[in-house]
Order: sequence, then C-alpha cells, then structure tokens
Amino acid sequence: MIFYVALCYQIKRFFVGICILILSIAAVAPYTHAQYDYIDITKPFLRKIPVAVPVFKAINRTGQESEIGKKGADFLSEALEFTGYFSMLDRKAFLLDPQEAEILGTGINFKNWTVLGAELLVTSGVVIQDGILHIELRLFDTFQQKMLVGKKYTGTPEDLRKIIRRFAGEIIFYLTGNRGIFDSKIAFISTGTGKKEIYICDFDGYDVRQFTNHNSITLFPAWSGDAQWIAYTSYVKGKPDLYIKHVKQKRGFVVAREGINSFPAWFPGKFELAATLSFSGDQEIYLLSGEGKIIKQLTTSEGIDVSPTWSPDGKQMGFVSRRAGSPQIYIKSMDTGNVRRLTFQGNYNTQPAWSPLGDKIVYSSMDGAGINISVIGVDGAGAVRLTHGNRDNESPSWSPDASMIVFNSTREGASRIYVMTAFGTDQRRLLSLPGEQTNPKWSPSVGDSEN
Amino acid sequence: MKKRLWMFLVLLIVMPALIITTGCSKKQVQPDVSLIGTDADQYDAARQRALAEEEEAGRRALEEQRLMEEQRLMEEKRGQATSEQQQVIEEDVYFDFDQSVIRADAQEVLKKKAEFLRENPGASVVIEGHCDERGTAEYNLALGERRALAAKAFLMNLGISSSRLSTISYGEERPIDPRSDEEAWARNRRAHFVLQ
Repeated sequence: MIFYVALCYQIKRFFVGICILILSIAAVAPYTHAQYDYIDITKPFLRKIPVAVPVFKAINRTGQESEIGKKGADFLSEALEFTGYFSMLDRKAFLLDPQEAEILGTGINFKNWTVLGAELLVTSGVVIQDGILHIELRLFDTFQQKMLVGKKYTGTPEDLRKIIRRFAGEIIFYLTGNRGIFDSKIAFISTGTGKKEIYICDFDGYDVRQFTNHNSITLFPAWSGDAQWIAYTSYVKGKPDLYIKHVKQKRGFVVAREGINSFPAWFPGKFELAATLSFSGDQEIYLLSGEGKIIKQLTTSEGIDVSPTWSPDGKQMGFVSRRAGSPQIYIKSMDTGNVRRLTFQGNYNTQPAWSPLGDKIVYSSMDGAGINISVIGVDGAGAVRLTHGNRDNESPSWSPDASMIVFNSTREGASRIYVMTAFGTDQRRLLSLPGEQTNPKWSPSVGDSEN
Repeated sequence: MKKRLWMFLVLLIVMPALIITTGCSKKQVQPDVSLIGTDADQYDAARQRALAEEEEAGRRALEEQRLMEEQRLMEEKRGQATSEQQQVIEEDVYFDFDQSVIRADAQEVLKKKAEFLRENPGASVVIEGHCDERGTAEYNLALGERRALAAKAFLMNLGISSSRLSTISYGEERPIDPRSDEEAWARNRRAHFVLQ
C-alpha cells in the first residue's frame, strides 16, 4: 500500500537552521500485514533481535552527505539500542562497503547479512541538495528477504536526530504495534543550581533544560495526558503548594490551601488531576479541575493518603495509605467506591505508578537493605522485584508504551536517573549532570503531526 | 524599652561623675584667678591645671572602664535569659521511625514549650515536621506533617491556642544532620520550633 502524507512546509532557504516541518513520504509501507511477533512485549523474557545498521549511503558522495550518513546511522543505532529490544551488530564485521552496497530491496544480497546473524537490516541513502536533506530509510527482514518499513524524509541537516527518531518510531510501531517512546520526554528534579528545580530532557537524556526557576524546593512533577501541562509541588511561597503550569506558555494555576498541596496525578484524557490536600487537618486525596478547584474528595480515611495514580481508563485509582499501620498501596474503584489493599509483602510500599497498558503497578518498597523497585499485577499477583542491591532505587515511572521504566538510584553514590526495560533488564544511567537527580516522570507520547 | 533603661543607667553614672570632676576643677581654678600677675604664679597655675587634667583623665578612664564592665554584665545577663528561652523553643521533639506518636521524652520537651508559651502570651511558633532520608519523598512529606500536627495537638491539649501554632512539613528535604547513620536519622526525625 502506498500512502502519502500531505506536506505542510514552507522553507526560506536563507533561514537555514530554522526548524522546518519534516514531511515524510512513504515509499512502500506494507502495513497491511504488520506482524507483531517480532517483539512481544508481554513476554517476560526478551530476546534481543540482532540488527545491522550500516552507515547511510552518500548518494552524491559529498563530504557533508558522508558525515550525515555516518551520524544518522549512529543516531539510529543509539535509538534502537535504547529500547532494549535489539542488539546492534558491529559495523566492522559487515562484508560490504556501504558506499558500494545496494539500498533497495531488489539489489540487496541478504545472505551477506544473515551470515552475520542479522535478522533485521536498515538501509539508507542520503542526499543534500541546496541545503535540504533528503533521507530514504528502509527496514528489511533479512531471512524473509522483504521490506517491512520504508520512509522518505526531508528537512534541514539540523533535523537529522528528529528524522532518525521518527523512523525509529516507525520501526517500533511496525514491530510492536505501539508508537513507542521516541517523541516522549522525561521531567525530573535536579539540584544543579543548589536548589531543587524541575528539568526536562528527551527520552534518551538529550537536550536537558531547566523548567522551573523558583529558587526554592520544587518536587513531584506530573505530566498531563497531552503532555501540555506539568503539575508539581513547590515551596516558593514558603510551604508545599501545588502548581499547574503550561509546558510552553507562561500560564498556570496555583493551589495554596493550608497544609500540604501535593502529589499531582492527571486524570486520563481530562484536564483534571488528583492530589493530596490537608487543609481539613487530615490528608485526603481530592479530584481537582485543571484550574485547581476541588471537584470531589476521593479518600475518606484518617491519616496519610498520598501518591495517587490512575488506571489508563480512569476507573480505578491506586494510592498509598497508612490506614493499616504501615505505608501500603491500595486501589479504589471509582464505580463502586470500594477500596482494596494491593501490597502485603513488607511494611513500606510506596510510589505506585499504574502501567499505561493497565495490567501492572510498579512501586518502590523499602526493607532493611534499602529501597527497590517491584512490579505487581493489578490483581495482586505476580510481584517481581526489578532492582537489587543495598542502595536506594526509587521513584519508578513508565514509558508511554510501558516498555521501559525510568527511576532514580544511589547505586553509584549520588542520586542519578536510570532507565531499564519493564522487565528490569538493561539498567543504565540516563544522564550525567551536576548535583543530584531524583523523581523522574516519563511524559506521555506527544504524538506525530502526521497521525 | 530596654534601650531607654540602659541610657538612664548611663546618665545616672555619668552625671555624678561630671559633677564631681567639674567641682574639683573649680576648686583648682579659683586660686589660679587670684594669683594672676607673676610668671611663677602662671607656671604654678599651668602645672596645677595640667595635674588636674591628668587626674580628670584618669578618673574618666576609670569611669569608662566601670561603665563598660557594667554594660558587659548586663548583656551577659540578658544573653542568659534569651538563650534559656531560645533553648526551650529550639529543643527539637524527636520521633521513632515511621511514627508521628509523641514519645515520653518528647512530652517533657513539649511541656517546657507550653510553659514558655504561657509565660509569653504574645509569642507564636511555627512547628516544622521533618523526616530522616530513609523512605520516599512523597510519604515523608505527609509523615512530616503528621509529626508537626501531633506536636501541635499536644500543645493545644496543654491549653495553648491553635492560633499561636502553625505547622509546615519539610518531609526529608531539610535534614539537620546530613550523614547517613542511625544517629543522624534519629536527629533528623524531628519537630522543630521557630519563634515568630
């Protein structure tokens, strides 16, 4: 099936460097029979798929094309490797000079790749004409000798990373049926300035920028479902108040009632959020409008009720309560109002985060040795510990496709942000910044303009 | 008020001193006036004046010393009073891990604070609730508030009006001891009082 995405860009050549909208024209995209059995993210054990990503072919053989071709292949390898689904084959072992190799399916000798163990192959050609970058990217199944995804992108050379991420997103969408993480961001707290402020970076740790500048204690960021808003707690006015801020525009709302105004969790698909308020003298979770007005009270138990998290359909809310004498995770049904206890192991289970797929809750639990991250089925079955060790691993947050979890850990001393797959594999540090980093929150997928 | 009292004390000491010194110099000056006319007289007069001035300077220095000593003593006394009051207010109320129950030792501390607040009806306090670094930030923010509220409730039971007691939780954000051991944790699990 050939499909065409209407282009909506205008470029003034002398404005090189100004981001232009990327238009993508699919060459041949066999979406008619997309197969998700390459990667089944519900399987508890992941076998990494060996992928070959040779350096992109410089069609006109210019120095700039070669440079972009090398960079593009590196970016794509990094992006694919980040997901934990793939093992990237060493380019040094490749049998062909990519500059001489055929990039179209008809001309590829797939045996050259299967003999190396590559199950997937990405080929690409780069053209730069009048400062405009044209890239064709294709994903092949080397054993079945067929093209799985083919895309053509146009932009400026500065758009390269964006283009590569978009194609990586297409690959993941083809293989898993999910849009993936490549257009998502991560908000977190860093003490780089000496004060706790919120920072935002891309899913892979690139492009870090400071989001708040309160010069105070700022905590607990939470993304709205459309990733347009971040709610958080800050002591700007001397006590923990709730701030609801637009990510790009300078507008927002403040909830500054007496006591605690904290732990925001956006209601799925609505401009509403749950948060703990203690103006009544008791900490209870309330549903608030996006403007910060109370819609209704959600918990009614004396004592600590914190850290709400919504099921993707909004029909249930997980939260932490001390009602049984120790912090444990509970689930409230919005339909019936019934509350049931989810965690029974250990006496300190907090920071629940409901999986975007709806089936699991990830949380942190403390024992004598430290804090570690576990997942548990929403039905209370199948609790599995994902981190191990005598340091603290806490504050887990799901990637929008539920394939990965971001968290903070003191495993290397100072607290840093780490990522792992949803099964606890491939744990690695996301970024290196001055100060300590805590409390990461993965944004929802912002979605492409083409969808 | 205290400043005015001090000024008064200074005047009280300085005034008689002035009277004494001026009285003395008058006595010395009188013959000086009658003996005017001869060089010897003038010499004597000058010598006597110099002597008198010297005497006066010495007396003044002594006075100054006495004044300074007095001031020092007063400050010391005042310092003792404020540091005693400060101690009562600043003594932290400690909690057990994951608890906001007021312990027996903490009750004694709070009783002293209640006494101070009764004696100083104009005083208000902010009660800060704090936690140790263990556990998670969200829960600790809530726990810190429970601790501050527990301390407040105890003082209210001792008759202190709630309007004089405000609370704020800092959770695990402001440890007083940055170390990571039992001793530091015990010191960090506290309700801290700040006089307003």
